[in-house]
This record gives sequence, C-alpha cells and structure tokens, in this order.
Amino acid sequence: MRLLALGDVMIANAVDSIDLTASKDWQQANVISIFDEITTLVPEVKLTPVTAVENIVDDIPSFWLDKSNIYKLMDTLKNNLSKPFDMCFDLSAIDETERQHKADYVGDFTVSYHLRSHQRNQDIRLKVALARHDKNIDSISRIWLNANWYEREVWDMFGINFIGHPYLCRILMPNTWQGHPLLKTHPARATEMAPFTLPPDVQDKEQQALKFDPQAWGMKRQSGVNGEDNDFMFLNLGPNHPSVHGAFRIVLQMDGEEIVDCVPDIGYHHRGAEKMGERQSWHSYIPYTDRIDYLGGVMNNFPYVMAVEKLAGITVPDRAKVIRIMTAEMFRILSHLLFYGTFAQDIGALSPIFYMFIDREKLFGIIEAFTGARMHPSWFRIGGVAQDLPQGWDKLVRDYVDYLPKRLDEYEKMVMQNALLKRRTVDIGAYSSKEALEWGVTGPGLRATGYAWDLRKQRPYGGYDQFDFEVPLGHKGDCYDRCKVRVEEMRQSIRIIEQCLNNMPAGPYKAEHPQTTPPDKARTMQDIDTLIPHFVNVTWGPVIPVGEVSMFVEATKGIMGYHLISDGSTMSYRTRIRTPSFAHLQMLPLISKGQMVADLIATLGSIDYVMADVDR
Amino acid sequence: MLELLFKLLEITVIIALLIPIAAMLVWVERRMIGIWQDRLGPNRVGPFGILQSLADLLKILGKEDWIPPFSDRLVFTIAPVIGAVCVLMSFAVIPFSPSIGVSDLNIGLLFFLAMASLSVYSVVLAGWASNSKYALLGSMRAAAQTVSYEVFMGLSVMGVVLLTGSFNLREIVLAQESGWLIQTQFLGFIIFLIAGIAESHRLPFDLPEAETELTAGFHTEYSGLKFALFFLGEYLSVTLISAMSVVLFFGGWLMPEPFASWLPPLVWFILKILIFVMFFILLRTSLPRPRFDQLLSFGWKYMLPLALINLLVTAAFKLGGFYG
Repeated sequence: MRLLALGDVMIANAVDSIDLTASKDWQQANVISIFDEITTLVPEVKLTPVTAVENIVDDIPSFWLDKSNIYKLMDTLKNNLSKPFDMCFDLSAIDETERQHKADYVGDFTVSYHLRSHQRNQDIRLKVALARHDKNIDSISRIWLNANWYEREVWDMFGINFIGHPYLCRILMPNTWQGHPLLKTHPARATEMAPFTLPPDVQDKEQQALKFDPQAWGMKRQSGVNGEDNDFMFLNLGPNHPSVHGAFRIVLQMDGEEIVDCVPDIGYHHRGAEKMGERQSWHSYIPYTDRIDYLGGVMNNFPYVMAVEKLAGITVPDRAKVIRIMTAEMFRILSHLLFYGTFAQDIGALSPIFYMFIDREKLFGIIEAFTGARMHPSWFRIGGVAQDLPQGWDKLVRDYVDYLPKRLDEYEKMVMQNALLKRRTVDIGAYSSKEALEWGVTGPGLRATGYAWDLRKQRPYGGYDQFDFEVPLGHKGDCYDRCKVRVEEMRQSIRIIEQCLNNMPAGPYKAEHPQTTPPDKARTMQDIDTLIPHFVNVTWGPVIPVGEVSMFVEATKGIMGYHLISDGSTMSYRTRIRTPSFAHLQMLPLISKGQMVADLIATLGSIDYVMADVDR
Repeated sequence: MLELLFKLLEITVIIALLIPIAAMLVWVERRMIGIWQDRLGPNRVGPFGILQSLADLLKILGKEDWIPPFSDRLVFTIAPVIGAVCVLMSFAVIPFSPSIGVSDLNIGLLFFLAMASLSVYSVVLAGWASNSKYALLGSMRAAAQTVSYEVFMGLSVMGVVLLTGSFNLREIVLAQESGWLIQTQFLGFIIFLIAGIAESHRLPFDLPEAETELTAGFHTEYSGLKFALFFLGEYLSVTLISAMSVVLFFGGWLMPEPFASWLPPLVWFILKILIFVMFFILLRTSLPRPRFDQLLSFGWKYMLPLALINLLVTAAFKLGGFYG
C-alpha cells in the first residue's frame, strides 16, 4: 500500500486554515482545442458544437454529429488521438418528442455519449439525433466493451436499435415487458395503466420466461469440440442468495467447482428512478436519490442538488458546503464499514460485521442528531442543507473522530492481517488499470489497481480542494487491495471530518436565492414580494431555467452522477443517473472466469455494489 | 438378566442425557457467540434464555414435514438419521467415569473411527437425494473433506495406541494415571483436534455447508425435524470430538491428586469436555473459511506428513525405551 499525494492538484493546507472563499470548482479544459484536434484527425466527420439554445451549463465540450459517423469518431477518439479518451463513462438517450425548448437540429431522440480521457482530465459529450421512424444507430460495443450494457439499457428503455450489438435484449425490464418505459408515451404511474391482473395463462408465460436456457445465454451445455466430453453444471446463483447482496442473479457455467463462464442478470431491483424524476418536482425528487445507492445516504443527494444548483445558478454558502462534505464523508465511512464487515463475512469470518455494526450504530446516532433520520436522511436541499447543525454537534463528532481509528486498528489485526483471509483474497479477482478503464470502473475498484484517480482530487467540487487528504492506492487490483483501499479511505474520511470540525464556518446553511427550496421564510409575513414566490415555490416547487447539466461526485462506490435536462418546468425533463455499480458488475464475467465458487463470492464481496445502484 | 436390564437402563439414561445436552449446546453456543460478538444472544425464553432450545424444538416439531417433490424420498429421509445414529453409537465406547460407560469394547478406538467414517454417508446421501445443485456441491465437498481428514485422524491417534498398548478407551484412560498423554502426544493432539473439527463440519472447516457460498450446502433442502436431526448430529459430534480429545489426551475422568478429590470423576470429565466445546465455539467466532482446494492441500501437504512424523517419533522413542 502506498499513499500518493497528487502534487499537481493538491493544495496542501494546514488543517487549521481552511478558507472556503478561495475554493474553486474544477473547470474543463478549453473546448476549442479538442474540436480542432478531432477535425484535423478525421476531417470527414462533421462536429457541430452545441448552441446557446441548449444552454448546457456544465463545461463539458459537447458536439452533435451525424449518426453515420459515430463509429468512426469513437474509433478515432479511443485509438488515434494523442492522449486518447480511455473510458466510455456513460451512454444514454433522451426522448425529445415533448420538449418545448429545443434547437431545430434536435431530432425526436437523442443518443448521448459521455467519454472521459484520464490523461487529459477532460470529458467530451457527443450527441446524435435520431428520427422517430428510424431509431437505428451503429453499436459502439466493439470499440467500448462496456457500451454493451449501456446500449442494452437504451434499447430497453427507449427502443433504439443498435446495429451490430452482440446481444441486444432487455436488461432492466423483464423479457416479457411490453413497451419502452422511458418513452414519454409510456405511462409513469400505475393509475395511468389498466389494473394489474395475472391470469393463469400469463402467469405460465411469465414463468416460462424465467426458465434458463444456456444456449440462449451464449453458453455450451457440454465441454469438448462436439460436446462429446462431460456436461457442464449450470448453477443459478441468486436472485436470492446470501452472498449476492441484494436481488442479483448470476448464472454460472461450471466444470466441477471451477467457473467456466458466468452471465450476470440484473434488473430485479429496478424501480424506475429515472422515470420518477420526470414526475417529481425538483425538490421532491431528493428523497428518491437517497435510495439509489441506499448505503450512501446524503452522498446521493450531493450530485443531484449540485446539478440543480448549477442549472439555477445558485451559489451555496460556505457553511452548507462544509456541512455537506462532512456528512457525505460520514456516509462514506458508513458504507465502507458495511462493506468491510460483509466482505469478511463472505470469506467466512462471522464476527467483524457485528463489531462494525456497532461503529455504524454510533455514527448513525450522530446522523440522527443532525438530520432526524438514519440511513436515508434526504437532507441536502437545493441551495444548502435542510437544517443547521444541532447544538453540541461538535462534541458528538469529536468523540467519534477519536473513537473510530482505534477500532480500525483492531480490525486491521482481526481482518486484514488474518492469514486465512489473505489466502482467500490476495491475487483473487484481479484486474489491471487498463482493464478497469476499459470497463468503466471508477472509485476504490480503480484505485486498487494503482491508478490514482479520485474525483475529489482530480476535479474538486463543493469545496474539496480546500481539504487536506490523500488518495489511498493499491497495486494488484485484487480482492485484498480493494478492501485495503477502502479501509484506508475511512481513515482519510476521518481526516476530512476532523478538518470540517475544526473549521466549520459561521453563516447561513442555505443560500438566499428565490429558487432554494424551501425558500427563505423569514420576511414572508412582512413582505408580499417574498410571500408570493415562497408560496409558489413551496406549492409547485421551483421552476428551474431551461438547460442541461451533468454533475458528478466521488461517491462511496465510485463516480456517481446526475445528468439533468430542464425544459423550464417544475419537473425535470430527463433525469439520467450514472451509477458506478452498473459498470462494475458488467465486468464480472471477465474477472470470474477460472475462479472457484468461493473465489467468486470473495470477488462479489470486494466489488462492493448495491443492487439499487445498479438497477435504479 | 438383571445385568442386561441395568445395561439397557444405562444406555437409555445416557441417550436421554446426551440429546438434551446437545440441545443445550445450541443455546450455549448462541449465547457465547453473542457475548463474544458484543451482543446479547437469545435471552428471552426462561432465565437467561436457557429454554431457547426447547422453544426451538417445539417450533420445529410444529413444522410441516416437507420432502421436496424432486428428491429421492427414501434416501432423503434416511440420511439425517444415519448421521445422528452414527454419532450416538460412538458414545457407546466412551468411558464417562470409572463405573459409567456403555461398552468396554476392546477395539473401542477403531469403533469410533469406523462410526466417524460411516457418518459421511449421511452427508453424501443427503446431498445426492436432495437432487439440488447446492446440496450436491456441499456433499461433494463433505465427502472429499471427510475422507481426507479421516486419514490423519486415524494416524494421529496411533501414537496414543502405541504408548498405551490398547484400543480400549477405558484402558487408555487408566494408562494415563501417571500422566496425561498430552505431554508426549502434543502434536498428535493438535492433528486430532483439527481433523475432529473437519469431521464435525465446524468453522473454519464448514465448507460442506458454507452459508455464504452454498446457502446451506448439503442440507439446503431440509427443513423441520429432519433439519433438526442434522443440527443435533453436528452438536453431538462437537461433544463427541471433545470427549474423545479428553479421553485420549487429557486423562478422561482422571485428575491429579489435590483436584481429584474435589469433585466426582464424572463431573471432571464433563468440565473438561465443556472447555473443549467452548474452544470450538470461540474458533467459530474468530476465523474465516479457507477455500476448498486450500483445505485439501493443507491436509495432504502438512497434516499427513506431520501425523506420520508423530507416529514415527513415538514409535522410535517407544522402541528406544524412553517411555519405560
């Protein structure tokens, strides 16, 4: 384990001198240069920069292009560019048919690609317009291996056909589902649909659809060239199994206890969170975000409120910034502690989880004192946080900051230095940095391979640039390192919390801006000009200006982000949630081939996914 | 005739005591694990929750006796019985005190090993008859594990046999009057204990049931009374391995003089067993589980040579007359 302080981005502040007025959010590099670079390499691909009509308020260079060029451009960006784009960060679509404020070049559907270059520390957003009658586009899953699941999701949700995709079928919805849920024409509420019935013939059909057919999943039934050798055993692990951490199904093709191949099957936890975003006011969607990565609590609110604030042009006061960072880091500890315990439990050690639950319990006590809730506080607000910190909060936090490191030292001996645990996890489930980037792995899973990329350092947001902490790295990228990195991250989180504790600025906990929700009420009884906006904003919710934005945070499991499109209404036009676990599970077949079942369990434990984070 | 009646009475009493003891062990284990894991454990039924096992038993008796339609009914039903019976039979040769003990079989030790071997049928048949993949994987693991660890178990106790010159457990105990065999057979004891844990499928050797991997391993499909029989078998075998360790290495009911007069021999014997049982429970709270192939290679690469070395050295010392 080596700790790397990233010198070029790190501002080494002494712990007692945090000055948030000096804090600056990270900015993307110049838009023009990347445009020039691409057009020199592939002059035949016509890139059109986005116009002001779209009002993309984040600074990611965004371009439109014709769908015939997408494959060529992707190939260039990944393989020919100097300092290439090395990660297909996100891929989603937008149903533009009901959009009021749109540019004339926007079609009925937009497929949006979000790529990232780690060497340049730059993102690029590419948009392709599709017409209603021709929802076909070339698949890029041969260039970006992880585009496979993303394209399946877009097909599932929008019915957009990806030509040349190896296995284009439903991914989140059941195979028998009719329609494509994220289309604007698809009902969003049960009351818009006919009452649900399950007559026997439909039930039979549904049950037939659940039957497992190895050939349909691309697996052979027998080994040997003509199947003359022995039969493989197909083991259905999940969706209900003690070690899959939620409703997750993996079908294993096994030779004895060795895994020949595996197919992850997701979607059992899909609740249509993105669709709900289109029916909830900007404010009332906040509790839904809590339940995306349900172990992350306010960490989930973070990218969402940041995105809405960016759209509305709200500047968050310093005190709110520090409160946000402090509580978000608390939830990082809460999530990592749960990971730590369940990881040990998956290996067979029964006790650590109980000790760690006690630590979590104490921390939940603090969260409860702050917010009144425990796992899902929904505590961030557009423009700040819900309440000021309670009296005596500093003593609670101080006690915990003193308490946890000692416990972590004990766990180090009990878990990390245990010889049996090491034998079970060292060199198991390893992947390289290159593979990690190829598959869209972010967060501790990427840093365990020795790749120093932490959004809080590389692209500071919300005031993180003023904090002094290090980015723990592993070097092998195996199960053990993934655990080790998280353990070390907890110590760094404590450091951050301690700095918050020592430097909590005074001042308001919510911005004074008409669109903060709920708006400031102080003068409403004296002043009709305050009362009316207050009334409107509380009853209808705030109207957020037309625009588009993507905001990301280094969440507990990796990089989580919200891509919001506002059509100038009280509700979002499109809410896209980019979650880390989705990408992490997709690479499971790659790392599990040749493993024993017991190794797979260790690997699953070490990935630290949450099914709600995968299926949304 | 009267003698036979007395024998039958003795057997009945021993069985009637053993089964409640095994049931109590479930409570002891849950309570102790609870305390060691910083929580309370079952403490609601009766004083200190002592009647928890009784409540569990009543609940289990009230469950539907369900046999999965895809299983082999006959074998599915017999399998748990085999397990419990094999362990109970082993108790026949255990000398509890100078006067208590079902049988003074002069091949007692071999009888114990034979019963341990037979009990693997219970697990293998259960896995096979369940006709479920998880159960099958569990029973495959159990078969490989038990067959391997039996070898070392047998070898590890041969040192004891060499030193005492007998397979009769009562004679082995009596031979320890001058000193417990743990002094000379320490290595043998360690190997016996490890093999014993493996035989009783307890953590860290609980691979056949490995909850986080195979849901419940060989007894995945079992419920109700049949499941309870497996459970009973496991706790009885924990008691059995503890009793055997005490008999073979810790002088059975014997205690050195100042202590011996404090308590009756039977009580000493039970106390010693309890210490081992506690050790088993503590082990379960503290260790993770090795992988299947690691477990087997540990057995064959380390345990087997060590057991052989132990046997050779003991034999050499015996021949050299060190033990008189």
